[in-house]
Amino acid sequence: MRERILIIIPAYNEEKNIRKVVQSLQDTNSGYECLVINDGSKDNTQREAEANGLATVIELPSNLGIGGAVQTGFKYALYQNYDYAIQFDGDGQHLASEIPKILSPLQHNDYDVCIGSRFIEKTLGFQSTFMRRIGIRIFEIMNILLIKKRITDSTSGFRAYNKQAIAFLANNYPTDYPEPETVILLGKNDFRIREVSVEMVERQGGESSISGLKSAHYMIKVILAMLMTSQRQKIRRISL
Amino acid sequence: MIEDTLKLLLDNRIQVFSIIGSLMLFLFILRLVKRRKLKEEYSLLWLGFGFVFIVLSIFKPMLEIVASAVGILYAPAALLLMLVISVFFILIQFSIVISKLAEGNKNLIQEVGILKAELKKLKSLIKDKE
Repeated sequence: MRERILIIIPAYNEEKNIRKVVQSLQDTNSGYECLVINDGSKDNTQREAEANGLATVIELPSNLGIGGAVQTGFKYALYQNYDYAIQFDGDGQHLASEIPKILSPLQHNDYDVCIGSRFIEKTLGFQSTFMRRIGIRIFEIMNILLIKKRITDSTSGFRAYNKQAIAFLANNYPTDYPEPETVILLGKNDFRIREVSVEMVERQGGESSISGLKSAHYMIKVILAMLMTSQRQKIRRISL
Repeated sequence: MIEDTLKLLLDNRIQVFSIIGSLMLFLFILRLVKRRKLKEEYSLLWLGFGFVFIVLSIFKPMLEIVASAVGILYAPAALLLMLVISVFFILIQFSIVISKLAEGNKNLIQEVGILKAELKKLKSLIKDKE
């Protein structure tokens, strides 16, 4: 049987990018099924996402934030029994052509989760700003301390998950700034995590969810969440 | 006789005030529960603290024992301290309830979104068939 792959694309006010993102995914591999989660956007994201008829679009009745939006995708993937889910940003910073790189470790059944990283080796593309790289380095150290795994790009939203991971995250996914926290959550619950080197580009438009004064709040909140998550007991997994 | 009682009340104004205040709080909460404006579950903390205040206001020696135990010289100040502590507990309970509500709300929003998308698909399928 053919493997069914769901591309989860969270989108908040991404009217400029979302159509291109969906188009590029379909152009790369028409076997990918695209799911756009419109997280209560105030602009024309919904219309733009539906425009080319290539994606299923879920319109959330109010804004949940990136974590709640992505989790909606996991729930959909679980209900529809997909084999793999790819988390893919709606702002155009991830490249559809890089998907096979993060998917193949899962298809060989060596890993449950694979994260696309900008920092394993110096890739050509976008490397983020200096301050952000410091923050990401702090997360890297915390990952080593808390789950004894070296994950260099905790904030990367370019990830692949297999069935077990999808079922787990459909029920347990952090809300506000979920990426670094999820690494700890998955590591703590014995999921096999792998990182592979990928290229990313600078965002095509829209605004980053984290900037200015919010950065301090972000760092404190995420560090607290990572520490708390690492102290929690293992969550019993539903067997598939 | 009446003068004596009045003088006694006047000298213990703070006690009279405390008794009336805590009684009113207690009755007010009961009324809210009776009228279903407040769930029993969330009234328990209020009623519990209200009851403690009534008892301590009426039996002044009890309050004095509590006050001296924690080293407060002016007994009614102990009542104030307990008031602050109880408000703290109730606020923490609020935060817990809000977190629970937010989680339930999130799940609802997610499921509604998924259902709406599936309904849309079904509708267009039916349209195609017709």
